[in-house]
Amino acid sequence: MSIWIEEDAKVLVQGITGKQGMFHADKMVEYGTNIVGGCTPGKGGQTVELQGKPFPVWHSMSEAIEATDADATVIYVPPPFAAEAIMEAADAFDTIKGEGVVVCITEGIPTLDMVKAVAYVENRPGVRLIGPNCPGIITPGEKGGAKIGIMPGHIHAKGRIGIVSKSGTLTYEAVAQTMSIDEGQSTCIGIGGDPVNGTGFIDCLAAFEADPQTEAIIMIGEIGGNAEQEAAAWAAGNVTKPIVGFVAGATAPPGKRMGHAGAIISGGKGTAEEKFEAFRAAGIACAMDPSELGKVLLESLKAAGLR
Amino acid sequence: MNIHEYQGKTLLRENNVAVLEGVHCTTVEQALSAYDSLGSKVVAVKSQIHAGGRGKGTLYHPETREHVMDGGVKIAFSREEVESYATNILGNILVTIQTGDEGKLVSNLYIEAGCDIAHEYYLALLVDRDNKSVLIMASTEGGMDIEDVAHNTPELIHKVVVDPNAGLLGFQKRDLGMSLGLSGAALKSFGKMLSNMYTMFVREDCVMVEINPLVRTGADEIVALDSKISFDENAEFRHKNWDDLRDLSEEEDVEIRAKETGLSYVKLDGNIGCLVNGAGLAMATMDVIKLYGGEPANFLDVGGGANEEQVKTAFSIILEDPNVKGILVNIFGGIMRCDIIARGVIAATEALSLEVPLVVRLAGTNVDEGKAILAASTLNIHPADDLAEGAQKIVALIGGDE
Repeated sequence: MSIWIEEDAKVLVQGITGKQGMFHADKMVEYGTNIVGGCTPGKGGQTVELQGKPFPVWHSMSEAIEATDADATVIYVPPPFAAEAIMEAADAFDTIKGEGVVVCITEGIPTLDMVKAVAYVENRPGVRLIGPNCPGIITPGEKGGAKIGIMPGHIHAKGRIGIVSKSGTLTYEAVAQTMSIDEGQSTCIGIGGDPVNGTGFIDCLAAFEADPQTEAIIMIGEIGGNAEQEAAAWAAGNVTKPIVGFVAGATAPPGKRMGHAGAIISGGKGTAEEKFEAFRAAGIACAMDPSELGKVLLESLKAAGLR
Repeated sequence: MNIHEYQGKTLLRENNVAVLEGVHCTTVEQALSAYDSLGSKVVAVKSQIHAGGRGKGTLYHPETREHVMDGGVKIAFSREEVESYATNILGNILVTIQTGDEGKLVSNLYIEAGCDIAHEYYLALLVDRDNKSVLIMASTEGGMDIEDVAHNTPELIHKVVVDPNAGLLGFQKRDLGMSLGLSGAALKSFGKMLSNMYTMFVREDCVMVEINPLVRTGADEIVALDSKISFDENAEFRHKNWDDLRDLSEEEDVEIRAKETGLSYVKLDGNIGCLVNGAGLAMATMDVIKLYGGEPANFLDVGGGANEEQVKTAFSIILEDPNVKGILVNIFGGIMRCDIIARGVIAATEALSLEVPLVVRLAGTNVDEGKAILAASTLNIHPADDLAEGAQKIVALIGGDE
């Protein structure tokens, strides 16, 4: 098992004919992701070559899902059109299958577009949105697996650690840390650093808690908002598996946006200190340095009798 | 992206939100003719900077730092007072609780007609992360610092969350207005104002509109006496007019240049420059430098697909800061290949004849090739295997210099 995405999940690529879409779709096929085709309005009927094999392109998401029975889609559409792409996918999954996973990689989508898109997705409870402005989701398999996004596939291995993070490269850092203590990953999810997004920390923690393959969790937050604090409070009462945490931005000055649209301390709220405190209060083992995540995870696994 | 009060007032007026008559000025002469043309005995003389707390701020001479005047917003009762206040404000530095000690040079002034105020309220519209919707906040405690009100008397802040599908509904406007104690003509005026402001918020891609104070006049009309408006930078592609509204003098020159090259840079006070890929990792790199006893000089995210040229620009931006005594490069290659980064680092250090110590930590895609390229170079580059080692090395290297 894994969460939301099985190793052999059938995946569509929105924006597959664009430069970004084609580049990353190729990497996904190379990793072993079961890509079943793509969607670019106006380019239906064409094919795209990935790793030397042809893949079909459809005009619309409903055509694509009807034809392939896809489980998930990944969006590499430019910011002005990305929110619409999310809503098109959500509507098609909801109408045709009643469920589906929509992963949006695009960075720079207008916030009010996301307010609209998130409300639209929430009206379709079988549909899950991951992102935007995120590396995506990966479920490593025995051979290959399902890599839905832009993360480097080769650093992962199938295992029992679930990882959830707002940041891309810090997720890779966490993956490398699990590997340094000979642990693999069940599923790794980048939820993205935008102020308004789909899947949050609590959704991920709940799914990891319910997943038999996952035996411990790494949760990585950053300054801005209070999603980490809420997740920690929720975890205290609902998660039995060991959690290891880190929060980026302890040295960030207030009022300055640190790269991610959502990474800003405003009105003295959303500091790393506040979040680390909430983690500790919830019994989450904290690493003060991402290079120590492996060590802290190993201690937590031992304390839980898992090593 | 923030805009000035006078620009915000124009936008509000265009969207049928009542504001007072006012004139934007950049000279004392313009301020005087504005006073003459407004025909109001009493006017407000308001410093225009992108920071709050202007009224309680202090003006200083830009060179001598001599105290000039208390208060960046003044009420003038005569032409002479307008002249004296405008002279004291323009060309001087205004320090408020939000500007930091260095303050901001005031080059713009807004002269606004007076108004018969019956009560002052607080009103703000913003994108709320928790509700993933537009949130409207209002309070009877206008003119105060809203953070204080929220802390001391949270029951005096009333909130309405707008359902993005339904929009702002009539009962929400009524409830909010009634919670402010409004009735009759004032309640009606409030509802109309709120509709127009919400429409503007969405159409103009705002992330925050704050009106403090919003006032009820003696004639029961609701008028925006101040305006603080921020736009969502992500929506710039559909607002061609933002270029005209942007005041570049309010932004850090080096941060603008970084942005133009696709880099995200924030200057800090320390002496260890950082060059990192990814916003989260860039913050973590600063944190770990601090953890091992150093002080980061900047936040710098080169993004996911940086090329040799961007790495070079990143180095030159870091080195513009005279405080920088050493640099830590921390790259976790995903799509970005470590061998390309290694070549970029070597090209940049050669081109810029780098003199400060440089520690490079590479991980991820093609890490072995990257490390081999750095090892083969004759340049003085210190390799590190993980972030902790990199941070400890650079801290030790610059410590040795002092």
